[in-house]
Parts: sequence; C-alpha cells; structure tokens
Amino acid sequence: MIGSLDAKIPHGPLDQKWRSHRDHSRLVSPNNRRKFEIIVVGSGLAGGSAAATLGELGYRVRCFCFQDSPRRAHSIAAQGGINAAKNYQNDGDSLYRLFHDTIKGGDFRSREANVYRLAEVSNQIIDQCVEQGVPFAREYGGLLANRSFGGAQVSRTFYARGQTGQQLLLGCYQALCRQIAAGTVQMFPHTEMLDLVIVDGNAKGIITRSLRSGKIHKHTGDAVVLATGGYGNVFYLSTNARGCNVTATYRAYKKGALFANPSFTQIHPTCIPQSGEHQSKLTLMSESLRNDGRVWVPKRKEDRSKPPGQISETERDYYLERKYPSYGNLAPRDISSRAAKEVCDEGRGVGPGGRGVYLDFADAIKRLGENVIRERYGNLFEVYEKITGEDAYKVPMRIYPAVHYTMGGLWVDYNLMSNVPGLFVIGEANFSDHGANRLGASALMQGLADGYFILPYTLPNYLAGQMNKRPSADSPEFQKAESEVRARIKKMLDIDGKRSLDSIHRELGLLLWDKCGMSRHAKGLREALQKLSELREAFWREVRVPGNDEDFNQSLERAGRVADFLEFADLMCTDALARNESCGAHFREEHQTPEGEALRDDEKHAAVFAWEFQGDGQLASPKLHREPLHFETVHLTQRSYK
Amino acid sequence: MNFLLRVWRQPNAKARGKLVDYEARDISPNTSFLEMLDILNDNLLGRGEEPIAFDSDCREGICGTCSLTINGEAHGPDHPAAVCELYMRKFRDRATITIEPFRVRSFPIVKDLVIDRRALDRIVQAGGFISARAGSAPEANSIPVPKHDADLAMEAAACIGCGACAAACPNGSAMLFTAAKVSHLSLLPQGNPERVTRVLKMVQVMDAEGFGNCTNTYECEAVCPAEISASFIAKLNREYARASLRRSAGE
Ligand SMILES: Cc1cc2nc3c(=O)[nH]c(=O)nc-3n(C[C@H](O)[C@H](O)[C@H](O)COP(=O)(O)OP(=O)(O)OC[C@H]3O[C@@H](n4cnc5c(N)ncnc54)[C@H](O)[C@@H]3O)c2cc1C
Ligand code: SF4
Ligand code: FES
Repeated sequence: MIGSLDAKIPHGPLDQKWRSHRDHSRLVSPNNRRKFEIIVVGSGLAGGSAAATLGELGYRVRCFCFQDSPRRAHSIAAQGGINAAKNYQNDGDSLYRLFHDTIKGGDFRSREANVYRLAEVSNQIIDQCVEQGVPFAREYGGLLANRSFGGAQVSRTFYARGQTGQQLLLGCYQALCRQIAAGTVQMFPHTEMLDLVIVDGNAKGIITRSLRSGKIHKHTGDAVVLATGGYGNVFYLSTNARGCNVTATYRAYKKGALFANPSFTQIHPTCIPQSGEHQSKLTLMSESLRNDGRVWVPKRKEDRSKPPGQISETERDYYLERKYPSYGNLAPRDISSRAAKEVCDEGRGVGPGGRGVYLDFADAIKRLGENVIRERYGNLFEVYEKITGEDAYKVPMRIYPAVHYTMGGLWVDYNLMSNVPGLFVIGEANFSDHGANRLGASALMQGLADGYFILPYTLPNYLAGQMNKRPSADSPEFQKAESEVRARIKKMLDIDGKRSLDSIHRELGLLLWDKCGMSRHAKGLREALQKLSELREAFWREVRVPGNDEDFNQSLERAGRVADFLEFADLMCTDALARNESCGAHFREEHQTPEGEALRDDEKHAAVFAWEFQGDGQLASPKLHREPLHFETVHLTQRSYK
Repeated sequence: MNFLLRVWRQPNAKARGKLVDYEARDISPNTSFLEMLDILNDNLLGRGEEPIAFDSDCREGICGTCSLTINGEAHGPDHPAAVCELYMRKFRDRATITIEPFRVRSFPIVKDLVIDRRALDRIVQAGGFISARAGSAPEANSIPVPKHDADLAMEAAACIGCGACAAACPNGSAMLFTAAKVSHLSLLPQGNPERVTRVLKMVQVMDAEGFGNCTNTYECEAVCPAEISASFIAKLNREYARASLRRSAGE
C-alpha cells in the first residue's frame, strides 16, 4: 500500500527551504477556520502549544490528555533547559552551529532540512515564552542567562532553575486555558485515545475512553494530531512519568502509520541509581550538573567500597575527562552512558550492587563557593537528598544511566504528517529531529517548535483540500473501530489469571534493558524476540485485571498500556536487529571501533528505518521501508568528542 | 518495617466511604510511600480484592498529581514535599497510618483516594495567563527584567497545582494557589497590561467554585510542596484592592 517514502523536503538551499515552503503552502482563510475540527491528542509542550496556537488561529480544537489536568503532562518534569541559537553569550554560537551540533549529536541519522528548520525557529520560541511570562533565569542586568549542556561548546541553554519544563509547560497550559475560556479549544482531561479512525485513507477521528466514567466515545475531526510523548516506559523503569505509554502511536501504527527507528532509545547518564526491587521509577539528575560536577570512579576495583573521601586524587579515574579531553564531563549522553556502563562492567562501579559512578562537586564548591552551587542546582541537591538520604554538598552524588527519551516515533514528512494523510505527529511522539541520539535541552525546543511554529503552517496546507469532508460518527469505520476497542477491553477483563500487571511489565523491562538497552547484539535480540512472544502469552493467560469497564479502573488503564508495550517491544528488537551498524544510542557490539566507539555503516544504513505493520500474526515481521538520508551541507564524519 | 494502614475506601462519588484497615509487611525503609501502596495493591490483587485507587504520575514532586492526606496532613509529614517524595524511613516501625484523600468541598471524590480538581483549572482559565499570540512576541532581551523580580516571579510560578493548600486550610481556601499565579504574572512587565482584569476575574471564579475565605492560619504554607510563601497572599490582597480601586475609578 505504501510506495516509496517521500519526505517532501522542499527544494532550494538549506537556509531557504522553510521560508519558501511557507510562502508556497496553501492557507485556510480566517472565516473558514472555524469549520474545521482538529483533534489534538496530548497536552505536553507539543500538544499544548499546538492546541493553543490552532485555537488562536480560529480552528475548533479538541484536546485530550490522560492526566486529570493538561498541566500535568510529562513535559512538566523536564529540568535542565531549552536550547536556542541566540548567541547572547557572544561565544561563537549561530544557527548553523546549533544545526550542526544537533546533526552530529544525532550521529548523522536525522534529516538536514528538519534540523535546520528547528534551529531556525529556536529563537522565536524563546521570544514567545518570555512574552508568556516564563520566568527564565536572568543576569543582574536583567537580561537572560544561559548555561551549557552536553554535546556543545557554547552556552545556548535557557533555563528556569531546575524546572524549565514546568515553566515552559505552564506557559503553554496558560495559553491553552485562554483558548479554553475563549471557546476555541475543548479540553478532555482524564481521557485516553484507544484507536485511530481512518476513512477513505485519511485520518478522520479517534476512539477514546473516559478514564473517569469508563465511557467510550467516537470523536470525528478533519485532522488528527498525535502529541503523545515518548515510550521509555516500555522498559518499566525509566525517568518518565508512570503514565507515559506507546498506546496512541502504536494503535496508529496498527492502522497503517509507519513507525520509524523504534529501537533508538536514549539512556541518560545522570540518574539516581536504583535502590530496591519495588522501585517504580528512576529519577533524573539534570545533565546541567555536569557543567560543574566531575565524574569519576576509583582506578582500582578494590577501592570501590571505600568512602569516596578516602580515595586520593591520584587513585581516581576521571574517565570522561581522560577519554574525551575536549568535551570532558560534557560528552554527549550516549557516550557518557556507555562509558559509565563500561567502568561498572569492569568492577569499578560504586554504591550498592556496584552500579554507580560519582558525580563530584567538591572542586566546583571550592572554586565558586557553596552558595553559587546552591543557587544553580539547589533543588536537584534536595531531590537527591530526599531519595538517597545523602547530602551531595558533602559527599559526591552517585549516578547511573537510565532510560530517558525515545528518539524513535511515528514517521513524518517535512510537514510533520505521517504516511497516513491527515495524521500529524509532533513532539517526542515523532522520530524527526534527533537522529540516533538527542542532545540535551533540544526536546523542549523541538516540542515547542512543532506546536507553536511548524504545525500551524503545515496543517492548513492539508486542510485546504479537506473542506466538508468530515465523516459522521455513525459511519461504518467509526462503528467498527469502536466495537474493536470494546472487544479488546472485554478480553482483558476476562483473563481471570493471578499475576499482577507490574510483574509482567517488570519482566518485560528487564528483558529489554538486557537485550535492547545500552548495547545490543544479534543473538541477544533474537533471544528477546523469542521471550517476548512467551511473555505476551503469559499476559493473555495469567494476568488479572479486576473491576469492570464502566467505572474508574486504573488496573484496566494499565493493562491496555502494558499489552501494547508487549507488542511494541517486538518492533524495537526487530529494528535493532535490522540496523546492522552502531550509531548514537544504538550500539551493536558487533560494530565498534578499536576504541569501543560506535561504528556506523553510512553506505548501507544512512537511512531512516520505517516499519509497516503486517498483521497480528506476524508481529515480528513488519515490512521495512527505508528513507535514505542525504547530507548536502554537513560532512559525515566519525563523531569525535576527544 | 511493618505498618497498619487505615485507608479511605469509597467506590464512587455518590457512595459513602469508610476507613478500612490493611497491613503492610516487610517494607524496606527506602521504599517510597506510593511504592508501599503499590505493594499493598499487588497483595490485594493476589487475594482477589480490588486495589486501592490513588493518583500519581511523575513520582518526583513536580506534576502535582499525587494528593493524599496522611494522618491528617496533606502530603504527609515530610514537608516540603509532595507525597510521592515521601519515604517510609520517615515513619516509625509498626506505626498506624491513616490515608485519606485531600478533603475540599470543591474537589469531589472520584473513587477511594482520587479527587477531581478541575476547579483549579477553571481559576486559571478565568485569567491566569498573559495573552501572547504565537508569532507576535518581541525579541526576548528587548525588555530587561530585574533579576530580583524574575527570581520572585519564579518562586511564585513554582506552584505545582496540587491543591494541598486548600486541603490543609480549615476553610478550604485556594488563596495560596491563586495568589501564586497572580503574583507570578503581575511581577513581570509582560503581565502588566492584564493585571487589573486578571486578579478580579480569578478571585471571582475562585469564590464561585466554592473555595472558602482566607483567615490567615497559614496551614497552606506549611504543607505546600513548592514552598510558596504565604506573603504572596498579601500580594494577592494588594493586587485585588488596587484592581478594585481602579475598576471603581472607571479605569
Ligand atoms: C525527567 C526528564 C527531564 C527532561 N529534561 C529535559 C530538558 O531539560 N530539556 C529537554 O529539552 N528535554 C528534556 N526532557 C525531555 C522532554 O521533557 C520531553 O521529550 C518532552 O517534554 C516531550 O513533550 P511532548 O509534548 O512530546 O510529550 P509529553 O509532555 O509527554 O506529553 C504527552 C501528552 O500526551 C498525552 N497522552 C499520551 N498518551 C495518550 C493517550 N493514549 N490518550 C490521550 N492522551 C495521551 C499525555 O496525557 C500528555 O498530555 C526530559 C525528560 C524527562 C523524562
Ligand atoms: S500553592 Fe502549593 S499547595 Fe497550593 S496548589 Fe500550589 S503547590 Fe500545591
Ligand atoms: S506524582 Fe507528580 S507530584 Fe507527586
């Protein structure tokens, strides 16, 4: 059904593509906009900004989120900051550099045109957020302050204490509230999308379940925008909020949307190590800490249980500074995470279980004083103390990598539209801008770029041809989708087993962490695929989902998400197996340089892998479509942060 | 560690609820309070009983979803922290712990420990924003903001919208929540044009939603996980007085 993948990248020089594309896109006139109903699933930075902006433009928007308020979307948890190419620090930054850093950080697996556009709109995002009242950090003169982040040699990150995501999301939420009050946006909190409806080949609606009342609804629209975030929770333990899931994008995949690079998962180097078996999530310590903290482990295994204060300077291995002298502690995430795993695998890890490395602030405190460190990172130190009971002003923090972000997502073209016409995908839910590894502070930038400044231009281009084509909710496609959703719910409630959902989900997470985590190899991935089908059988035979469907039922909510994760995990392993190279966060042990860095195969694999669902019986053999990546501006090199 | 838990169970909004006793056994002190409830729920499930409904999402104190009253205190004993940041090492072994939802007239109970806080969203919808259409903003550094004002605005903006302030208040007042938003926006030059209408409308909706009055007991400040200072309530009162004056002067 799908021909060759056309990313619809505009012609012309890189720095003029976006402008000329906007100039030539079709528009919808103001008095026609209210005739269109746009469905936006998700109220995070991407969905919230899109819904608010489309509302401002005069479209009728319905916005959905599973939390009890749009303000609680997971974007709220982002800590460190948001990038922009303002060059306020006069330190040599530019639009081109932000573009180049992002392409290089992504290990040359993203599209030049998309990334260039992202850098182009980055400055407007900061303007927009300041105008909304986002209280970014400022210098004494009243101008905006910046800090630096991994993978960059300039200071281009804007931040609001350690709560940047919260403040950006509240800006967005407030803009959304304004539109809700104005009547352009209708908000459906506590509502989960369970399926996508396609009519005559176009995305025309969704099926939802109210998490409060259990009621199933059919929503028709002229276009559907998915902004449902990432799926890191497939690993059970991650830095994501408990509710983050793959359901919306996976359901769309099953309806024909292509899923791109599903195995590209970012493992963040600075998280608080796991302390016990019942732990329900891992907590991130913002990467900004690496600006002032130094990462080390003891040189000798025997010292790993000694108190850190008793290990002298010469007995310490500041391994990032040693291996990557020019970036040091600010080496990109994939590289830092693997380096941590390596030293722990060598038996030099610290803390319980030997799965941890030190992040030490002693030097910074000596140099700048405790007050400065407190001002920069105070709330992060407090969080650390709450969770571990330790005071990081006195003893070094212990950190370990954890699943954090998913670069993979639904395939979209330059217009952020999937291969299903009318289905747009924005924010972490799409695959578009970060290649095989995302740089710090660029997810917030991407989510807001998509919602405030890109989708509002590309969506009308599609809508202009869709006047009066919204189907009725009684059409057969909607009826069918609804009855499938109901049947699936019933099937889950009927399982009458004894096992808890969490136990299956935990097992899934361990399996993926082991076989499809920080490093992968063909044999392990094949084993994982085998185990996954057993685990799915166990789910449908042994799990217990209590309660009924006409009620607030959290077990049922979770069961649906876990069931989708169990299928989706197959797609991740299949993708990791097919990508016979290492790149960015995808590290195939078979492909590494003598120094142990990722070894790409640009000849065969400089491409996006986009997968097409082939039916439930063939979960592990979806059809692969390749979108070749052309690099016209940057040169493909082996990434070096040395 | 072992605990005796007395948990509020209520099947739905209309039903009557009651406290039910459960035992939590062999809990590690490094378990978080919500993880302890997860373990209890797993056990209930194994026994064929219905798990306890409670809300949480980020589990790191920032989304404002979790909302439990523990032994009569909103978010429990470890202030300032949301209940998801509370660890069992803060309790005595064999303690009896009473767990209830936030009890506020304007937050009806959905089920067990889950409440409906949409009233807070409606207060923001009334005017808790700056009207800044996407695309119309001037260059970000064109309006310098004194660091002191920006920092103070950030302090107010840190509110996570949990509603604990109203739960702790003997009058069920949402003043601290409303004050935080009004203060955040009125401290910034960008918030100035809507300063008068914003505070009047937000206070009007706050009252209409059935939240009580502030009688300066400061229970709100004591439980607030985001450490929002009660001095912002004084600021709200000043903003309100100023706005009323301007309104009555015909501005
Ligand atoms: C702890 C942490 C710290 C981070 N720090 C940074 C940082 O400093 N800088 C940076 O750039 N990035 C950071 N990130 C990454 C960044 O926060 C996310 O990538 C980004 O916020 C995602 O935004 P989003 O709008 O795409 O999705 P989200 O904010 O996750 O929103 C998803 C929305 O979709 C809704 N939804 C999901 N599924 C359904 C469904 N089936 N039905 C209905 N609604 C649904 C949810 O309710 C929610 O509203 C961080 C991430 C984490 C986990
Ligand atoms: S003011 Fe404090 S207690 Fe009240 S809603 Fe905000 S964070 Fe919660
Ligand atoms: S669960 Fe997010 S604040 Fe507690």
